[in-house]
Parts: sequence; structure tokens; C-alpha cells
Amino acid sequence: MTKAGLVWANLRRNKKRTILTMLSVMVAFFLFGVLRSVVTTLDAASEVGSEGRLIASSASGITFQLPEAHASRLAAVDGVSSVSWASWFGAYYQDPNDFFAQFAIKADTYFPMYPEVVITAGSMDDFTRERNAAILGVGLMEKYGWQLGQKITLKGTFVPGDWEFNIRAVYDPPDPAFGDELMFFHYEYLYEGTGGRISPGWFVMTLNQPDRAPEVAATIDAMFKSSVAPTKTQTEKAFNAGFVTMWGNIGFLVSAIGTAVFFAILFVAANTMMMAVRERIGEIAVLKTVGFGNGTVFGLVLAESVLITVLGGALGLLLARLAFLGNTPLNMFFPGFGVTGGTIALGMLMAVALGVISGTIPAIQSARLSVAGALRQVG
Amino acid sequence: MSSTESATAASAGVATGRVLVQIRDLGKNYRRGSETIHVFENVNLDIHEGEYLALMGPSGSGKSTLLNILAGLDTPDRGQVVVDGQDVTRMNSKQLAAWRSTHIGFIFQFYNLLPVLTAAQNVELPLLLTHLSKKQRHEHVMMALDVVGLTDRSEHFPTQLSGGQQQRVGVARAIVSDPTIILGDEPTGDLDAASGDEILSLLERLNTEFKKTILLVTHDAHAAGRAQAIMRMDKGVLSR
Repeated sequence: MTKAGLVWANLRRNKKRTILTMLSVMVAFFLFGVLRSVVTTLDAASEVGSEGRLIASSASGITFQLPEAHASRLAAVDGVSSVSWASWFGAYYQDPNDFFAQFAIKADTYFPMYPEVVITAGSMDDFTRERNAAILGVGLMEKYGWQLGQKITLKGTFVPGDWEFNIRAVYDPPDPAFGDELMFFHYEYLYEGTGGRISPGWFVMTLNQPDRAPEVAATIDAMFKSSVAPTKTQTEKAFNAGFVTMWGNIGFLVSAIGTAVFFAILFVAANTMMMAVRERIGEIAVLKTVGFGNGTVFGLVLAESVLITVLGGALGLLLARLAFLGNTPLNMFFPGFGVTGGTIALGMLMAVALGVISGTIPAIQSARLSVAGALRQVG
Repeated sequence: MSSTESATAASAGVATGRVLVQIRDLGKNYRRGSETIHVFENVNLDIHEGEYLALMGPSGSGKSTLLNILAGLDTPDRGQVVVDGQDVTRMNSKQLAAWRSTHIGFIFQFYNLLPVLTAAQNVELPLLLTHLSKKQRHEHVMMALDVVGLTDRSEHFPTQLSGGQQQRVGVARAIVSDPTIILGDEPTGDLDAASGDEILSLLERLNTEFKKTILLVTHDAHAAGRAQAIMRMDKGVLSR
């Protein structure tokens, strides 16, 4: 036997209580893993996008469209080197839950701006030749088990009807933050399919000098200020961040819930350790009698507390990770959703902290225990 | 309550070895609220190496307190306790803990075994504080269990043992680190007569065969009678 063995033996003393405490810690850290992942996913989504690309969307909000005629005026702005546009499609595959992001894009000008779209199967030529062709992310292909050349039918939502697409290329982004579960198709297909009732959702521009982005954005917005469709122009990164804030201050909400859960579990774990120590005052006195010093006793009690929270925390975080390996609604909205390594590391650090905090008071009580007094009490 | 009378040198004792324990002018008080309770005053006692002494006295006479001070589990208000040349009363709690692990073997009235550990693991506890290897610790444990006749019960948990067997495990735990002195606080107090006799025989054997120095606190005249000499403590006065 070792001192670690002694800690382990004490954990097995009241198995029911140890397991229940561990389960409560596990549930707390499962919640932490999930909630924290929402925050990190939103943060990651807001980080996607270039500082060197500008997005001009409607000043009334990103759900409003802009006239296609804006394109030529944008191209003429000093500092703008190229212009393209895109529209949100918002269809689903078979079931409303099978939802993923689809963009109708002006292909000839759009893809040259996005080196992130690296074609790994099929070709851009195949895509360009066909009106209803689509380029899909490799993650999307794997998720639905689709093959290159396959015809898929999506059901429109705000643009009703069945929309058929032929998968003509697959991309795999070098930066995972870009997302590999997106679909791109020709803007013209959408335009014709809706009888011309669609127009660009936003314009994308590249700049000659990226550091002039604020100045160029101000010029664009001033130019359209008095038009029927005023714009709000910002860097792509800021645009994405603004898109994310549509969710509200979810980060604060999640942090508040996480903190409340942490403290609730802190009290549960602390109470368990207090009970565990209280019921073995005599045994602690025996340990001290045979020569265990105050520091050793302190360490044994603290180690027991930390072991409970670390095991419970690890299980909870593992469950959270497993729970989000498959298809989840958040995965569809935000590429790369999942419990990150950073969340697991932070969670484990918190589990250790929880064990230390909840075990400190009982550990101090044990260390300070008067042997003679304790033996009188139990004898 | 005080005593100037001493049991110095266990003067009429049978021991012939060197003085192992010297207690000088020991005094202890307890506070209960605003009241100060004098447990004993000016207690003097010498215990020789190889001696087997019994200390008798009514409840509250201070005998267990004296035993606890001698074991370094409690601190006196006055006086000095020297064990094997080391002044126990001058040690801090850390030094006392280390000292106890090598010099004191303590046998409790209610065995006080850890229920989550097997007999062997309970006996091994004091050795966890040493630098002995796992193999060496195992050898020591089995030797101690052999002395108390429980090698075949080494993997049993306390709840699987009778009271007498549990106390024998307690004795094995007390001797496993080969301490300077063995202290027993009513070690037969919770046992039936037969089991109590077994423990007393075991203590006699430890004294005669292994030359262990033993101080036994007991209410039981029969148990005290098995020791080489009997001391009495009454109202804080120690006498022989």
C-alpha cells in the first residue's frame, strides 16, 4: 500500500456517496463543457473572416437585400480592387433539421477573393460550366455521405420550392475556422429560379491597400447614404462578429450559468468532504498517533477531494465531447462546433481548483485535529 | 491536585536496564469554560528499558492524559518528558509526529483499525512514513502479524475479524516499526476475558521475549497483575 492507496481506499469507504458526488461534479462539468463550447464556437465564428476584405450590407440589417446596380459603383470607389456578391439561401435537405449554410455567389468574381476555398475533388471548371452546380465542403460531404457528381435536392424556405443541385466540386479549407460544411452555388441559378425576385444580400470587396479599409468603408457608406438602399460597410471580420451578436450576449449568459453551477457544485463537494472527515475523526487521530504529520494528513484529505472532482470533471468533459461529435444544430450554424482542447484544459484546471477549494477547510480541520481530544471523543 | 511524591525510578521495580523514560515535575491542567481543572501536578516517573508497568486508577484520575503526554499526543503545562535521551516536551508538532512514528507503539482500547484497509494494510500504516521499499514493508508486516499469530488473516478486513483478532492486529501495528516503548490504553477493556488474556499473554511475550518496554493503562486489576509492577494514579497523585 502507498499513501495514494490510502486515499483510494478512503474514496471506496462510502461508495454510494462518492459516486453521487462524482456524478454531480460530472453533470456540472458536462454543462460547463457544453456552455463553454457555445461561447468558444461563437468567438471562433466571429474571428472567421479577413481584415482585408470589405463587406457592404444593407444599413437596415443583413436580412435586407441590396440592388445589384451597387456593384458597378462599388468597383469605381478608389481603393477597391474587385467586387463580388452573395446571398443567403437558407434551404434544408429532406428534413428541416438537416440544415446547413448555403450561399448563392457571383462565382467568377467571388472565388478569386477566397483562397480559403481549395478544391480537392472535381474542378472549378466543372462548377462553372453548369448552372445548377454546387461546391460543397468536405465535412458536409462526409456528414451526408454524398458523392461527387451526385444530384441533391434542397427544400427552400424563404425561397420556396425544391432546388436541385449537382455536386461538381469539393473544397477543403486549409484553415478549419473557415468551415468545411458550407455550400456555394451560382447566384444566377437563384436569380432565375426566383424570377428575378432576388438581389445580392451583401457585396464583398478586396482592397488595393487593406490598411485603408476604414477610409474606403466610410467613403462607400457616404456614397449610398442618400440612396434607396444605404449600406453599412465593414471588414469581413467585423461583419461576421456582428452576425454572431445576433445571438445576444450569450457569452455573458453562459458565463453566469457556468458560475452558478460551479458554486453549487463547490458547496456539494465541500459538504461531502466535511461529512467524510467528520465521520472519521477517530481514524485521523490514529494516523496521527502512528506518526502521520499535520502536513501529510492535510495532503491526504485534499488529495481525496481533488481526486473526486478531477474524476467527475474528466467524465463530464468527456461526455460533453462525445455528445457533440455527431450532427448538432449548432454545428450547422457554426463551423467547427465542439468541445475544444482549450475548454477541456480549462475544465480540468477548474476541477482541480474545485477539489482544492472544497477540500481545504476539511483538510485544515484534519491537520489541526487534537489527537488526544479526538481519541477521547471516539473512545 | 498535586503530587510531590514520585514514582522515581520505579524504584522498587524489577527492571535492571537503563532509564528509558524520565518524567520530571509534570503538570497538566484543562480549561472547561472559565474553570481550570488540575489533572495532575509535579508527577515524576522513571521507566527502565525492558520494564513492563501497569498504571491503574479511576476514571478522570489523569492516567490516560499521562499516557498521551508520554506518547507526544498531548502537551503538558509544566515539566519535562525525556524518552531515550530526547526531550519530547521541546518538540514541535512536526518533530513529534516523526518521533512518534519511530519511538511509540500505541495500542487503543477500541482497536481503532481503519475499516477500509485489510489487516496487513492497517499494520503497514506506520511504515508508510519510512523509506522502506514495498518488499521490506511487506516483510515487516508479515513478521508483526506472525508475532501476533495472524498471518492467515492478513487480507481480512476488520469487520471480518473478531474483537480479539482486531486487537491483535492493533498490537501488530504497534510493534511493526519496532518502537522504543509500547503504550497501551486499556487494550483489554473492550474484550471478553479469553480474548483479553490472549492480548495480555502477547504483551508479556513482547516484554520477555522481545525485551519491549511497555506501559499499560488499565482499570482491570487482573490485567495490571500481569505486569512486572503496578503504579496507581488517583486524583492526580502517582504512587507505586
